[in-house]
Amino acid sequence: MNHDANKYGPPTQRWLRRAVRLPYLWLLLFFLAPFLIIFKISIADPIVAQPPFTALLVWGAHGIQGIRATVENYAFLFRDSYYGIIYLSSLKMAAIGTLLSLLLGYPMAYFIARQPPRRRQILLLAVILPFWISFLLRIYAWIGLLGNHGVINHFLMSVGIIHQPLTMLYNDFAVYLGIVYSYLPFMILPLYSNLERLNLDLLDAAADLGARPWRAFVDVTLPLSIPGIVGGCLLVFIPAVGEFTIPALLGGADTLMIGRVLWDEFFVSRDWPVASAVSVVLLLLLIAPIVWFQHLQNRELEATR
Amino acid sequence: MVQIRELSKQFAGVTAVDRVSLDIKRGELFAILGSSGCGKTTLLRMLAGFEQPSAGRILIDGVDMTDAPPYERPVNLMFQSYALFPHMTVAGNVGYGLKKEHLPAAQIDERVREMLALVKLEALAARKPDKLSGGQQQRVALARALIKRPKLLLLDEPLAALDKKLREHTQFELANLQYQLGTTFVVVTHDQDEAMVLASRIAVMAEGRIAQVGTPAEVYEYPANRHVASFVGNINLIEGRVTGSEAGRVSLRCEALNADLTVQVDGAGTAGGDAAPGAALCIAVRPEKITISRTAPDARDRNVVKGTVRDLGYFGDQSLYNVRLQSGAVLQVSAQNLRRSASLTVEWDDEVYLSWEVASTIVLHS
Repeated sequence: MNHDANKYGPPTQRWLRRAVRLPYLWLLLFFLAPFLIIFKISIADPIVAQPPFTALLVWGAHGIQGIRATVENYAFLFRDSYYGIIYLSSLKMAAIGTLLSLLLGYPMAYFIARQPPRRRQILLLAVILPFWISFLLRIYAWIGLLGNHGVINHFLMSVGIIHQPLTMLYNDFAVYLGIVYSYLPFMILPLYSNLERLNLDLLDAAADLGARPWRAFVDVTLPLSIPGIVGGCLLVFIPAVGEFTIPALLGGADTLMIGRVLWDEFFVSRDWPVASAVSVVLLLLLIAPIVWFQHLQNRELEATR
Repeated sequence: MVQIRELSKQFAGVTAVDRVSLDIKRGELFAILGSSGCGKTTLLRMLAGFEQPSAGRILIDGVDMTDAPPYERPVNLMFQSYALFPHMTVAGNVGYGLKKEHLPAAQIDERVREMLALVKLEALAARKPDKLSGGQQQRVALARALIKRPKLLLLDEPLAALDKKLREHTQFELANLQYQLGTTFVVVTHDQDEAMVLASRIAVMAEGRIAQVGTPAEVYEYPANRHVASFVGNINLIEGRVTGSEAGRVSLRCEALNADLTVQVDGAGTAGGDAAPGAALCIAVRPEKITISRTAPDARDRNVVKGTVRDLGYFGDQSLYNVRLQSGAVLQVSAQNLRRSASLTVEWDDEVYLSWEVASTIVLHS
């Protein structure tokens, strides 16, 4: 018996298996490699040079003489409570933005999932449609809408509802609005795909056994949509924590988000090692929810099998 | 107990249920039998409260339930898909209905235990539905639907998802359970065997209407029309023309069989109807009513035709024959293999006589 043929399968399968490994290659090239570079910078010392940090490997006459690494940048982050406060503030703002997106996105996803198939497609398209316009442009547009002399204030004052412009721009409110506005589709899509698969017999069964519609929702729809809720929340929360554009354009001076600190460290202080340390810590903070999400997804996959 | 009065349902102009009236007695195991699309599922959903009738009333114990929502009806449904809550355990599923009644937890536990014992699932109380076999899931669904002690239990194709062996076993279990509890059961099914074995009475539905209501034997032996005759069981349908009549008997000429036959028209269930000479008449014979033999039978009170065996199916307990007459028409015959023998008494291509009692011939409305 040809043992090799058994082990590796027919040629088409072998090819397929190689193709299946492509995502790993992708991860290696575009996730792990950049991360290692950033990590390398984060354990270097800042110097006034080009590039502005010390090299990892110390070269001597006979090749590599030693390794030069420091944890000083990380120690700095922990010593200065400023960073801790900003991390917490970023997590808080992302969490609130995520919660708001969930409260707004869940009813929308639910509504779309209960429409006839043709209308579902149209509504989904409407959800995705804003992506056809540049993200930056859309955020800029909010400045024009929210400003003291912006469209909304102008309208409210001309109608006579208010006499002083409402301060809606350059504060946390504007950032929350920006986060909800920008990331809502990422909340709706996973929720929709979950809710659309719900077996409606289950709701009939709940009603049959004495549950009023709201009870049936709480007892059946809500618990069964948890994977969708978790998926949507992570898709909003993770990018929102590190968000730079929204707080930079819509936030005020007191809006503390780590994305802006990162920017300042890189481009204002030109302290690349500290900036790298900031982003490595951010990544570690975010890995926990990603791992949790993976775990949930695997569990759901097993359940549907 | 359950009274259905002139119930109709239209979907976007299409009539699914057309002026259905039924009386279902307390403690009865009633079956609604029909092919898919005959409106039986719509009727069931109206009884459960998931669909609003376009016209007509539903009364349960004399109380008009037509407009009551499902959660306020003394009716429970066992879904064809079972519709078990995948995120709850077996006990959670079974106890769900009682929880909605806000019974004390201890009482719920007690009744869940009782119910699980009834369907022999005590050992699996803590399992999730996806870890159960099809038969176990079916019993959970049944227990969940019964725990609120409904006045009426609806069962939507209760055995359709089970394999054949399990189905036969479960049929009797279900009938026993119904007898034990005395709950009124309404089974909706497309499977005539299921309806025949389970039900004390059957309503045959076709095109949104009730074609016939009767005991399984009545529906089988005295079908009300051609549709019921051919839907329930196998049957040979024969067209003929009346040639004469005397003393409750009508003789008719069947061109398709090239034979003269006699039928009885005054018997219970047979249609007296129009027996004037020259009138068209449709008659029918069940395959098992026909005797097959190689020698000429006694022709007294029997119809006799001659033919050749074209097809033979041996099932062990019985054999099925397709016999072609000289006219080219084919009659189905089934015979019990009463005697132990490795060789068949009637073989392929044998010339045979087919005969059946005059009284066994069904006369149908044309």
